[in-house]
Amino acid sequence: MNRPELLSSYNYRSDGRRPTEMRSLSLLLSQHPQADGSATVTHGLTEVMVTVFGPRESKNKAGLAHDRAVLSVTLDVPVFSGVPGGRRGRSDKRNMEFTSNIKNTFEPVIQTHLHPRSQIDINIQILQADGSLLQAAVNATTLALIDAGVPMSDYVCATTCALHDSTPLLDLNSLEENDLPNLTVAVLPRSNKVTLVTLETQLAVERFEEMLKMAVEAGKLVHREMLRAVQNRSEKLMRAIESVGGGVGGRPDHRQGEERDVEMYAGNDL
Amino acid sequence: MAEISILKRPRGEASQTQRKFFKKTARGRVVKVLRECYLRDDVGCGIEQCTLCESHRGSRPPISGGGGHNVYSQNHYILPEANTFLQQMDLLESPSFSPAVIVLQTVLEEIRSRSLPLFNRINALMKGEEKKVWVFHNDFMRDTAVLGHENGSLAERHSAGIRKAVAWYNHHLQQTIRSHKVPTIVLITDDTEQENRAKEDGLTYTSIRTYIEGLQDNTNLLDILVDHGDGAKESAPGQKNPTLYPEYWPTAKLTAGVKSGELHQGHFNPNQYNYLEGNVTVPSFPKPLLLIGRENMNRSVQGDVVAVQVLPESEWRAPRNEVVDQDMALQNDDADNSIEGGETEDAEAKLSKKDKQGSSPKEFNPMEKQPTGRVVGIIKRNWRPYVCHIDRTSLTSSASTSIAQQTVFATPVDRRLPRIRIRTRQAPSLLEQKILVSIDRWEKTSRYPEGHFVRTLGKVESKEAELESLLLEYDVAYRPFGKAILACLPAEGDNWVVPPKDSNSAEWRGREDLRELTICSIDPPGCQDIDDALHARLLPNGNVEAGVHIADVSHFVHPETPMDSEAASRGTTVYMVDKRVDMLPSLLGTNLCSLRPYVERLAFSVFWELDSNAKIVNTRFTKSVIASKAAFTYEEAQLRKDDPNMNDELTVGIRLLNTIAQKLKAARMAAGALNLASPEVKIHLDSSESSDPVDVEQKELRETNSLVEEFMLLANISVAQKIQEAFPHTAVLRRHCAPPKTNFETLQDILVKRKGLSLDVSSSGALAASLDKCIDPDQPSFNTLVRIMATRCMLSAEYFCSGSVSRDTFGHYGLATPIYTHFTSPIRRYADVLAHRQLSAAISYTPLHPVLHSKAHIEQIMGNINRRHRMAQMAGRASVEFYVGLALKARSQRGGVTRQVEEDAYVIRAFRNGISVFVSALGIEGLVTFKHENKYDPNLYTVSLPDGTGKDVTIAVFDKVRVRIEVEKDRNTQRGKVKMTLASPIDSTNL
Repeated sequence: MNRPELLSSYNYRSDGRRPTEMRSLSLLLSQHPQADGSATVTHGLTEVMVTVFGPRESKNKAGLAHDRAVLSVTLDVPVFSGVPGGRRGRSDKRNMEFTSNIKNTFEPVIQTHLHPRSQIDINIQILQADGSLLQAAVNATTLALIDAGVPMSDYVCATTCALHDSTPLLDLNSLEENDLPNLTVAVLPRSNKVTLVTLETQLAVERFEEMLKMAVEAGKLVHREMLRAVQNRSEKLMRAIESVGGGVGGRPDHRQGEERDVEMYAGNDL
Repeated sequence: MAEISILKRPRGEASQTQRKFFKKTARGRVVKVLRECYLRDDVGCGIEQCTLCESHRGSRPPISGGGGHNVYSQNHYILPEANTFLQQMDLLESPSFSPAVIVLQTVLEEIRSRSLPLFNRINALMKGEEKKVWVFHNDFMRDTAVLGHENGSLAERHSAGIRKAVAWYNHHLQQTIRSHKVPTIVLITDDTEQENRAKEDGLTYTSIRTYIEGLQDNTNLLDILVDHGDGAKESAPGQKNPTLYPEYWPTAKLTAGVKSGELHQGHFNPNQYNYLEGNVTVPSFPKPLLLIGRENMNRSVQGDVVAVQVLPESEWRAPRNEVVDQDMALQNDDADNSIEGGETEDAEAKLSKKDKQGSSPKEFNPMEKQPTGRVVGIIKRNWRPYVCHIDRTSLTSSASTSIAQQTVFATPVDRRLPRIRIRTRQAPSLLEQKILVSIDRWEKTSRYPEGHFVRTLGKVESKEAELESLLLEYDVAYRPFGKAILACLPAEGDNWVVPPKDSNSAEWRGREDLRELTICSIDPPGCQDIDDALHARLLPNGNVEAGVHIADVSHFVHPETPMDSEAASRGTTVYMVDKRVDMLPSLLGTNLCSLRPYVERLAFSVFWELDSNAKIVNTRFTKSVIASKAAFTYEEAQLRKDDPNMNDELTVGIRLLNTIAQKLKAARMAAGALNLASPEVKIHLDSSESSDPVDVEQKELRETNSLVEEFMLLANISVAQKIQEAFPHTAVLRRHCAPPKTNFETLQDILVKRKGLSLDVSSSGALAASLDKCIDPDQPSFNTLVRIMATRCMLSAEYFCSGSVSRDTFGHYGLATPIYTHFTSPIRRYADVLAHRQLSAAISYTPLHPVLHSKAHIEQIMGNINRRHRMAQMAGRASVEFYVGLALKARSQRGGVTRQVEEDAYVIRAFRNGISVFVSALGIEGLVTFKHENKYDPNLYTVSLPDGTGKDVTIAVFDKVRVRIEVEKDRNTQRGKVKMTLASPIDSTNL
């Protein structure tokens, strides 16, 4: 079978998108019952779940810092996820790089000084992989941290951008990611800062600026989506709190599964 | 910046738009692949009157409907299936084909997966403005996409998608166009199944043939139409054609066979002397595999990649020592009936009978024994349009007014190709014309391939037709440069000058001002694209500073521009006798980059400081501005140098250069460089306008030729070292591999047996030395002849990317240098342009464009320019040959009297029924054939001819003979042919 054209002469990408169109994005919060915060983010067929535990007391006393919280990031790549390259161990170089990228991205954003001598555990699960894993992982981690109530100075919104000839493409699927020079950019939309730029392939310097700008713009769009997701989640929480506080004795309705989840955890919190 | 958006889709849709399939990886594992697809509503239909799609058309203008059809309305669009494109591309490309075409995205993808070249041709059609083509992305459109979960095979889904698209169009147009003149969408299909389904769905459909027949202006188009298979069905309903050729093996079996080593894969290369023989060079055998007979060649055509099965060793044999001419052997074949061909059977039967007589095992030289094989399958066809003549004898009716459909033979100009059977209505008017013919298919029941007429090139022997046919045969791009390319030229055009010196201007930045230097150029007379100039002067310390200044083409041609990609695809300028096909637009080639005298020009300069022994003390590269002081021809420069009265600066410079060049040459020869010969002749044109009566003379070489050559070599070598140092992975270099020793075996054997001379081929130095010793005092040009033959045993030099081959194979065998590149002719060679860019980056003048960092990219360019270089050489030679033919004609008819031209010739190969000779005065090779078989001794390379008195005259390879040369027009094919007959030692007219 012939390899599909990544960008046809009619400006369509192999999956029917235009260059600046991003894949379908869904942001779900509090999917995990046990975790302090969790989020599942899908970009097209890439699906990543992040769970956050903490800030909590660390079991590993050696790694503690006396003036701030430390981040510990772990990555799970199950075999069914479709990540190429077979099973990866914990000490796999690619995994280590991935987790350290996440750690370095979030360390300056999380207000770690508010939680001295504690640890925040971030666990990333790749549920399904179709390109732009780091982007999905960063976005999911942001939401999971917010869900967990970890104080942060800003959202961190990640996007990927590749270059096909001279056209920048946003949000890459695995086909594009494998064949084109691409960068992953994480931005802090409110302060307009960039906390992460990775580029593992060669790229003409002249094109870099254009791509970076486009990725930053796209990051702002992702930010709007995140705000909406967080707002929805907060509204639900608010409603749940009101119903628990205001309802005398009676159990609230259990119409939807999601509503029930919300209520249960809200109850735990109170 | 384009608007950024997120495509949202409901969760439920995912199951429909995800495409799941299984893929086998290179290691043999099966992996499930999931891909998603986004369905859109904003796909433009491309119909001009449509009001709904206006907003999402993008940059392409919509197309208006076509008219001029008897059946369909004034405003209709055709929507062909993939098969139509795959078979009828010539038709669609024809300028007289004007209907508006809608190409479905799924159709386009199908074409892409079946044939990439065709896909590219369609893309070119869509880019051009002459054709009305619109691509409708039906697979991205919500209403027309055929989703993965629908049942049926891939093919069924595909054709269902096409019907769905047509139905959508009908519905869509009803909605958007309120007037009663709704355009018709006509589905073009040749598939009965599809026709039935379309009928059920109530769609308008037709076959391509009926469609073209219904067009009002269709005479040209009907001929181009490829008759796919139907013809055979009609013509022989009951009678079954016997199979002439074995069936090809299935593809899976072929790939498996090639992988396991049971089959061998290679390019098919027919024997130009004997159409019933061909060979295939494969890596696993030192000698090429020999394919004998039609059945073993099994429908392969020159250039095809074939899979060959090797026959048992008992059947291995040497190539036949006989000339078998297709035109002669097959002249009685009937084009209409491929099975008969009584004469043909005879020709082949005769040959096999001869083998059976038992003489054959002794008759061939055991040293020449080659493995034999048979073709069991074609890996890849390499068919292209061929330049042909119509065979007059194959016409059933040659009345010039006849428009009856006839089946005729088209004989390709290239004698290695088989005759092609075509059906045409205009056969009589095509006689005496050169025409272009494409092969469509070659059935196992048909002796000849079947093809179709594409277009005519012009009258036979008219210079335009011959020129165009040469360009086509050798795949030279000769169209004028397009608008986009010309837009890359400086806006000032002819008036562009180097601006006044200002270190901030783009031209002067980082350039050295060498305008005061006494620089001159030395070129052949009439040279317009002067790309090199030289200078030399004595330095105070006694050393000599020599400089080579090359036109700075890379200043004008920037990477990744239309001009650059055109130059990369042309690869080289092609020189024909009366025409030059430029690589770069002539404004650059003959003006802005040409280092004309007294004009300031931008240059790329190489300076050497050389000591008195011509050893390099120091090398320096710089961009510069020069003003040449004179443009000499070789002859003028020579005269000036030899004239003791001239002592001006220029002359002194030339003398200085000459002394160094001689030392350089001596050093090169000592290192083992080869002095090879190739027959080079010069064609005298009477005037540039008519160029009719012409004459031929051999090119003369002067000292100054060698002067320029030495310095160009030196520059190339210095540059090669520099760019290889700077870019070890991607430097553009040129190499000449040492030829395998087996290549020389035959020549060595002939030399030992005929002349008692030996050839030492252990190294280039040894070869050069032993070539020098190949002297026959009686025959002064014997040495040249041996050199020519030795040259033919060698491999050709090639461009390569330094990262792709191992370091120890960089060497240039012929020049005996460890590293070499081409730098000195950027106007006419693309490799030089790349070398300029790399050198410019190596001296930190400009940053290297990122594509020049990519090995894959460089390799791809190298592959192309190697091919173009070869083609250009062959085209040039063919053009010389054509003019030699004309010259001979002129010479023999000079003064109104027909005289015979007689020339000295040397035998280079002997056959049982002929000899191949080389005429050095004309630089051509010819074949003398005898009507009868003669005594032939393959061990001694001799053939004996009866002289009528009962005695035999023996002619051996290397013998000097005298031949009569005449140009004879082949009666059937109109192909001008140089015919030679032996005049002495024996007259062969009656033999």
